Amino acid sequence: MRFRTCTSPHLIPGHSVGGVMRQVLYALVPGTLAMTWFFGWGVLVNVSLAILFSVLFEALMVAARGRPVLATLGDSSAILAGWLFALAIPPLAPVWVLLIGTAFAIVVAKHLYGGLGYNPFNPAMVGYVVVLVSFPRELSLWPSPEGLTNASLTFLQTLQTTLTGRLPDGMEWDAITRASPLDMMRESIVSGQTVTEVTQSPLFGSFSQTEWEWAGNLFLLGGLWLLYRRVITWHIPVSMLLTLATVAGIFWVMDPDYFASPAFHVFSGAAIIGAFFIATDPVSAATTPKGRILFGAGIGLLTYVIRTWGGYPDAVAFAVLLMNMVAPTLDHYTRPRIFGHSRDRHG
Amino acid sequence: MQLHRFHGGLKLPDHKAESTVHPLLTMGVPKYLYVPLSQHIGAPTEPLVQPGDRVLKGQRISQAKDYICAHVHAPTSGRIKDIVDHPIPHPSCLSAPCIVIESDAHDQWGDTRLPAWPDWRERDARSLRERVRAAGIVGMGGAAFPTAAKLNPRAGKRIHTLVVNGAECEPYISCDDILMRTYPEAILEGARIVAHILGAEQVLFAVEDNKPEALRALTDARPAEEADFIRIISIPSIYPTGGERQLIQVLTGREVPSTGLPADLGIVCQNTGTLKAIRDAVLHGQPLISRIVTVTGPGIREPRNVQALIGTTFADLVAAAGGYAPGVDRLVMGGPMMGFAIGDDAVPVIKGTNCLLATRVEDTQAPGPVMPCIRCGECTRVCPANLLPQQLYWFAKGKDFDSVQDYGLFDCIECGCCAHVCPSNIPLVQYYRFAKQEIWGREKERQKADIARERFEYRQLRQEREEQEKAERLARKKAALAKKDTDPDKKTAIDGAIERARAKKAAQSNEEASPADRERADS
Repeated sequence: MRFRTCTSPHLIPGHSVGGVMRQVLYALVPGTLAMTWFFGWGVLVNVSLAILFSVLFEALMVAARGRPVLATLGDSSAILAGWLFALAIPPLAPVWVLLIGTAFAIVVAKHLYGGLGYNPFNPAMVGYVVVLVSFPRELSLWPSPEGLTNASLTFLQTLQTTLTGRLPDGMEWDAITRASPLDMMRESIVSGQTVTEVTQSPLFGSFSQTEWEWAGNLFLLGGLWLLYRRVITWHIPVSMLLTLATVAGIFWVMDPDYFASPAFHVFSGAAIIGAFFIATDPVSAATTPKGRILFGAGIGLLTYVIRTWGGYPDAVAFAVLLMNMVAPTLDHYTRPRIFGHSRDRHG
Repeated sequence: MQLHRFHGGLKLPDHKAESTVHPLLTMGVPKYLYVPLSQHIGAPTEPLVQPGDRVLKGQRISQAKDYICAHVHAPTSGRIKDIVDHPIPHPSCLSAPCIVIESDAHDQWGDTRLPAWPDWRERDARSLRERVRAAGIVGMGGAAFPTAAKLNPRAGKRIHTLVVNGAECEPYISCDDILMRTYPEAILEGARIVAHILGAEQVLFAVEDNKPEALRALTDARPAEEADFIRIISIPSIYPTGGERQLIQVLTGREVPSTGLPADLGIVCQNTGTLKAIRDAVLHGQPLISRIVTVTGPGIREPRNVQALIGTTFADLVAAAGGYAPGVDRLVMGGPMMGFAIGDDAVPVIKGTNCLLATRVEDTQAPGPVMPCIRCGECTRVCPANLLPQQLYWFAKGKDFDSVQDYGLFDCIECGCCAHVCPSNIPLVQYYRFAKQEIWGREKERQKADIARERFEYRQLRQEREEQEKAERLARKKAALAKKDTDPDKKTAIDGAIERARAKKAAQSNEEASPADRERADS
């Protein structure tokens, strides 16, 4: 009897790219729901539209490159990029922000570099940074939970706002938005207030603004689940958050009136979602264990530096992109000692 | 005993119970046996028989000529039908010379057995090694390295420990498990013989903890007073803990140097099946002519372990295990991680055949589609050699053979952990094998080129020397002639002849003779 031959291993594989990506998607659900709870329907509208656009751009690019469209879409990586991009965007941002951002993420950052597996930069963060530097006004209008409650924006009104870029009649942007905690901290300190004065505002929970804290908690939950499922390793999130907290702690101890606390830094902005979901994007991160620790530490440090002395209130996206550039070098210099080799083989 | 860990590895579903529920089945003698001339690592053997010859069971039918080589013996009595190319168990699906024996159904030993040595303790290492060599024994864990060579470590290497490898870490394979359950005394006796040959002070007998019956059988069979000499150790079941280097690390915490051998640490490692074969050769004078093969997998009706003669075809073996189950799609020799797919079940059992695995489509990884590497690093996490498999993959794919070696290609043991966990379904090990083959091929080419260059340079040197010698001869001759020229009679005679010739030539063509002409005339 004759048989087909095939290379080893002859077992059912344990993982698939699509499976890995989908686990990350599941892990995003709790944090996304928390953000929807606090920031309204806009979050879900953004996530849905960004996913739709990403998948469309992905399909177009894959078709243009002559690759199998359905098989490629099955890896779910476009959905993940769109979702992560949407979470970085203010919930009432106009639709063209989503369109431009996802176009840059999928078309430029991903497919012009060769598609999944070949992009040196995190696509979602490229898309976000492009719209952040291009449309600062639209990107700074974060709604406040109270403002939204008072305005009671319905799902349809939210959708209308997103699609037209205008609030329904009788509503004002000023009434429903407010500065994010990082913005608030930055502006208050510049205007001479102390950190304690800012954090004693009723808007603040234990460490940061209540809604950001809760979103952070639930993204943390998703991140821990990813760790438990071994979709990601501990190296990047732990080293990033630890470095951010350590550096923040040093300055905070030196001058607690001028520098915010480590907990504030960890629970504000994109630190947690960045640590577990963005910096851990395997394609653009370092891959060796030591390299990952350095990669995470670099992001933590740069995040603090840019937040504190840079021109933007949050900095995770910039920090991730900057560290993406050095990832191959980190990998080269942090090769593990091979079994049976002496320690001094690699520096 | 303090055990250690090796980097990475996998917990795999062991699938061993399927084949161990039935006791060992000793197969009858098939009508035809196909015995390959080369069943081991090293040079092929040279046949001692002709088609038409009658052979007895255990008779040496093919001779080892090299040190790294192993004799081949007739697995049963009968007639040599032919010596012909026949499919062999090799990933290439190619054929190789096999001695085809038509069994006479008597299975008759005659006097082919070597003398039995129940008094082996009185024998020296050299004669015992010679016995192992005469019995044609090779490593039976799968690699099939000639055992006599392995029992003879390089001079100056004192061996203190014999490690017995009863780990059997690959899923599905259970031949060693069954062997340990069935013949624990014989294996222990083999261990004593090998320890005696090596002068080892202790035997570390390692068995994975998923084989409690084997562990119990061995412990029961070991005399209490030997508890310090032969230590039976239960080790965690983590693939590939049965790899020689990994096993030594688990037992001793030490790493065999990259370019070295276990002997560099004073350790020699032997498989349980090999020990049983050594014991049979020493105590009973029997050569290695049969072995236990696990015939298993969802593609087999009654998975079980079969004691089969070397040369039995896989088809006969499968028939002994109830035949193929419906939907069988792939036939693998060895385990699912490191075994290779066989194209034709006419191939025979060889000395290194530990397992025959038959699977259906739904039990295995499809060969495609392959997705791009997303650098997730799972492969790095599981690599027991602590390599960066994804980097090796990029370099191998890009044919950057310098970098791939710099990243430790030749430290890869091809265990397949990386390929198993790869979410992109990339046949990683295949890329490493490709790169190794290419590098070996280039090395051979380079050696050939070196030889050619040396030959060319030697030829040039020789030609130069010959030129020089010729010139010297000429110079000597000239000197001799010049001396002659001073001889007055001869000189006048020659001069006269020259004059005459010159006059004649001038008359003919009005041309002055060149000095060369004169010289020619001179000589």
